Amino acid sequence: MKTLETEVAIVGAGSAGLSAACQARNAGAKVLVIDENSRPGGQLFKQIHKFFGSHEHQAGTRGYVIGQKLLKKTQDCGADVMLNSLVYGIQPEDLTMGIIQNGKNCQLHAKKIIIAAGAKENYLPFPGSTLPGVMGAGAAQTMINVNRVLPGKKIVMMGSGNVGLIVSYQLMQAGADVLGIVEGAPKIGGYGVHAGKIRRAGVPFYLGHTIKQVYGKDCVEAVEIAKVDEKFNSIEGTEMMIEADTVCMAVGLNPMTELAWMAGCQFDFIPAFGGHVPLHDWNMETTIPGVYVAGDITGVEEASTAMEEGNLAGVAAAEALGYLSEQDAAEKKAAIVERLNTLRCGPFGEGRRKFKEHQIADMEALKRGEFVGRCIEK
Amino acid sequence: MIEKEGIIYTGFPSKEELMSCPGVPSEERMKKGRVAVIECVQQIPCNPCASACPMGAITIGENITNLPHLNEEKCTGCGLCIAKCPGLAITVVNKAFGEGEASIDFPFEYLPLPKEGDFVDAVSRAGEPVCKGRILKVKNLAAYAGTTVISMAIPVEFADTVRSMKRLPNPAVEGA
Repeated sequence: MKTLETEVAIVGAGSAGLSAACQARNAGAKVLVIDENSRPGGQLFKQIHKFFGSHEHQAGTRGYVIGQKLLKKTQDCGADVMLNSLVYGIQPEDLTMGIIQNGKNCQLHAKKIIIAAGAKENYLPFPGSTLPGVMGAGAAQTMINVNRVLPGKKIVMMGSGNVGLIVSYQLMQAGADVLGIVEGAPKIGGYGVHAGKIRRAGVPFYLGHTIKQVYGKDCVEAVEIAKVDEKFNSIEGTEMMIEADTVCMAVGLNPMTELAWMAGCQFDFIPAFGGHVPLHDWNMETTIPGVYVAGDITGVEEASTAMEEGNLAGVAAAEALGYLSEQDAAEKKAAIVERLNTLRCGPFGEGRRKFKEHQIADMEALKRGEFVGRCIEK
Repeated sequence: MIEKEGIIYTGFPSKEELMSCPGVPSEERMKKGRVAVIECVQQIPCNPCASACPMGAITIGENITNLPHLNEEKCTGCGLCIAKCPGLAITVVNKAFGEGEASIDFPFEYLPLPKEGDFVDAVSRAGEPVCKGRILKVKNLAAYAGTTVISMAIPVEFADTVRSMKRLPNPAVEGA
């Protein structure tokens, strides 16, 4: 079996992983990024809309352009990226990873590991939800923006968070019609400006509604929606049919924590972050020394935050390896944390900042021997 | 379906939300000529509009979740902010455009594009066609980074209502 060696091994070549790679490599560390996909960039290349944020976060720049820049930075700094390679295991004792590369098994010995595996889409089960044409909104987004294939012409979107709103808009840009956005909550979840774009295109919102059933023989033919009560159960007699050929689900994401579990990390359960999230400190280091996390795996947020968390983990790993002095690292980290705080403020970000502080406080508690895993809902 | 007013219920700002929005200019200013109308009513972390303005007419301040504030006297209506707003929430309105007509410049990111002189369905914030619009200009500057800015003439009485145009049928999509 082939055995590889590196100083910093990074799982995932998305926004967080590539940012971490650049920081660690630029500080002088040997870096290897491993990704199961055939192309690097993670979700960034699917994002054809202009990003929010500040100047430092390249606000107003389209996501795929940010991806191109990050990829160029990664190549320029000399971090190695290994594609078509799936990390299936981590041995926490000696930070060895098991990897399947192009169908062949290999081992990777690293001094530090940064897990930036991202998140996966949630699914909502209902009668008909296994019919072809029912898919995750992220899947539809990959089809239109990466593979240039229109999944359908008449779409019903479930979920009004930013993913549901953005993908609806992009489906219309790709030429489809979005017949409605179905949302269980009594209000729109995502940014009003994203909602505004699709309202101007005439798309109705069905708030306080759910999908009851999807009808069709071999594919989606019609979607039955109904009003819901406070417990999100559909109310008899409020049903309505929408003729459609595609149903997209944008009902949240959950962190891809498998490797962190396998490494033996301790977790909190934070529903606002998508479920179980590994504890980490401000260095992004988990409860397993030498294992760091960054991006959606630490709690589902968005690309700009993921990039900053990647920056933090990359700096911290380089510091731990002796490539950055404590003072240099402290200055870099303080600047990153300040930028992170600007992303985690306002009515949409304040909650995330609070949950992140809980998560980090629990890490401190664990170091004091006072931690018991908990569910943090408020 | 939609019973309550307001952006979180309808997806577009209510009259009240627009009245108290610091990015929306006064009626008097709109009657004087071209001016930016920044319909940004939610505190999201975003500030490219402020740096886009060459006149320094848009300010957000240190805290990037602050709502953009428009200095309507400084604004010349150049429209550089329109394509910079990732939320596509900025238009330039001119109620002094001409005999009974107003003009509106709005961002548009669908294909196909209309051509100068075309008549299109001008739509409200809710996407309802409210009147016909006459296309004055279709601009695709490199600085707009893929967002087209369309100038359209409409009857002046619809200047507060119209915010975009109806998508044109896309011949590239079979059966659409």
